[in-house]
Amino acid sequence: MSLHIRNGLVVDPGGATLREADLYLQDGKIVAIGSAPAGFEATQEIDAGGRWIMPGLIDCQARLRDPGQPEKANIESETLAAIRNGITTLCVPPDTQPPIDNSATVELIHHRNEMFGHQAHVYPIGALTRGLAGEQLSNMASLRDNGCIAFSNARHRLASNLVQRRAMDYAAGQQSLVIIQPLDHDLLGNGCAHEGAIATRLGLPAIPVAAETAALAKDIELVEQTGARTHFGQLSCARSVDMLRRAKAKGLPVSADCAIHQLFLTDHDIGEFDSNMFTIPPLRSQRDRDALRAGVADGTIDCLCSDHQPHEVDAKLKPFPSAEPGISGLDTLLPLALRLVDEDLLPLAELIARLTLNPATILSLPGGKMAPGEIADLVIVDPESHWICKSENFVSKGKNTAFEGWDFRGSVTHTIINGEIVYRV
Amino acid sequence: MPSSNIQLDDMGRLRHFLGIEGLSQAILTEILDTAESFTSVADRTIKKVPILRGITVANLFFEASTRTRSTFELAEQRLSADILSLNLSTSATVKGESLLDTLQNLEAMQIDMFVIRHQDSGSAHFFAQHVRPGVAVLNAGDGQHEHPTQAMLDMYTIRHYKQDFDALRVAIVGDILHSRVARSQIHALNLLNTGEIRVIAPRTLMPVEAESLGVKVYEDLELGLRDVDVVIMLRLQKERMQGALLPSEKEYFRKFGLSQERLRLAKPDAIVMHPGPANRGVEIESGVMDGKQSVILQQVSFGISVRMAVMSMIASQSGLQSGGES
Repeated sequence: MSLHIRNGLVVDPGGATLREADLYLQDGKIVAIGSAPAGFEATQEIDAGGRWIMPGLIDCQARLRDPGQPEKANIESETLAAIRNGITTLCVPPDTQPPIDNSATVELIHHRNEMFGHQAHVYPIGALTRGLAGEQLSNMASLRDNGCIAFSNARHRLASNLVQRRAMDYAAGQQSLVIIQPLDHDLLGNGCAHEGAIATRLGLPAIPVAAETAALAKDIELVEQTGARTHFGQLSCARSVDMLRRAKAKGLPVSADCAIHQLFLTDHDIGEFDSNMFTIPPLRSQRDRDALRAGVADGTIDCLCSDHQPHEVDAKLKPFPSAEPGISGLDTLLPLALRLVDEDLLPLAELIARLTLNPATILSLPGGKMAPGEIADLVIVDPESHWICKSENFVSKGKNTAFEGWDFRGSVTHTIINGEIVYRV
Repeated sequence: MPSSNIQLDDMGRLRHFLGIEGLSQAILTEILDTAESFTSVADRTIKKVPILRGITVANLFFEASTRTRSTFELAEQRLSADILSLNLSTSATVKGESLLDTLQNLEAMQIDMFVIRHQDSGSAHFFAQHVRPGVAVLNAGDGQHEHPTQAMLDMYTIRHYKQDFDALRVAIVGDILHSRVARSQIHALNLLNTGEIRVIAPRTLMPVEAESLGVKVYEDLELGLRDVDVVIMLRLQKERMQGALLPSEKEYFRKFGLSQERLRLAKPDAIVMHPGPANRGVEIESGVMDGKQSVILQQVSFGISVRMAVMSMIASQSGLQSGGES
């Protein structure tokens, strides 16, 4: 199997400029960029004239709801949504049902992806504690041997700082990455909207900024104490960006991502109780949104993710506080990201690095690079295509979007995984 | 804000009554004027008018209520409606059934109007978005969001005793954070161009950025009461001691309770209101509650006329009024 992609504009994540070049793929790898290697014979060709070729996106936080919640989504539906939207790698948090705290669940996920998946890579993130109950450590070493790429307690409470410290020590001892969504459950309470004028007006139980920052301050202290390599997921507050910037300046082994919807939405978008705008962490203020954008631009926030949370219709068909939180994000990850380029937040290659090279580096995954010898996970994008976001056209089983009716530019024409074309428009 | 106008029809008339926010001064005044015309009904021997004859009203109370529910029922009876009252806070069937299913099952019984109290902020909007066209929703309290008929009966009371809102200073005292009554009152007082609206509470019971609602914020009762014309006391829920919001009822009364002595800081002719049920000795001294400045019981009776007014305005908008298609 060999593939020759002609005339495309190659996007090198983190690199300086686009360059028009031919790409040669063989045996699942990129073998050359520019001119054909000696003796290369293409079995397939793609003319990518006027289109962008970039590494497949690596989504570092996407819930596929499998196993356990087939009414919301499953591996088959969501890997299809991924490849149709240029995402070739999905990292799955451990809050499946049952949670990813035992090797059988890890194997089940791998097995289902082989049987029913659409060739996207699916990497489980293991539970930090048994049953995510926050009390006993999970069998992290065994889980790692079985393919867990990192450990997290998702948004479940840890019983104490002592458990957290020991979990981080244990993970650090085996050189595993710890992923933390900083959240103080006491300060979260029954909150469902950012503490500010909107929550005050709508009478919605409020979530203060400190629900994130008080936890993050403690988490950073424990990184300093334990030396555990730690990635902070889905930050939402301006003060979190400041804290992270300082932690990085100190040389601590920390990195972070933010859900892409946080760069576009604020608590104003709740309007009159739109339950599609209910997320945890909540949509925050304009000032927070601007600070997150600045953090993405200067690299304080390393990665962008979809924080994909597909739901069945009924989960959102409730009064705001009783609805389930989260946004179905696979179908809008790439178009929202491209909007950041149109809005001049950062150049295309830099932006793409936050969705490819950076998560690959942090999570030690293949992909994310445009160079000979690298895995041939690629996506070809037509930058001139314009379309309007309609949930009815979503490939994901979850139609719960916050971007209904938005104008987007750029659509995927080909997705290539391990050198094979898995999707073409 | 077009989405907030779900409660108005194309001609700006009331279709639903979900909240004061988004309404106009003209509508509030119309409610008050209509209510005034209904007060005479209460003085008759036969206290009935046929405005809602043939109309079925369902009172759905997902949270317990005595006064709001009974005044709604009386208002419905005086308008000659057929009434179905369900106390859903104790109904085991509700637990497994989704809110929407409950609503649709009742709709299948040809209900024309729903009066709903529910613990979730936004639940009244949710119901209004999902009922069939022509079916009306009245909010009898949604979470911590709004309680618009209570606010209107309070406005009625103020107008009855004080007339001109422009010249008034009104103080709302107590648990503003959790109070749907306070939110509705603030919107109504603002729409009616009240001279000055003050909210007075310890910081733990004050929502953040409360000023954004168009009020002056006080953390000291004695400063806040100075020269006001109207004092509205809010009920302090006993649960507030648990979540570390307040140290004790005793300390609350000492700093935020309305005593005879403190009431003297207000204007000599100031009126004292309370949406009820009041905790004597916690937020209000018995002497004040039963005193000559208290209009608390009058509020309750005005509540019937105000609810009659709102229901009759909605019925006339939707052509439900007796002889209508239902």
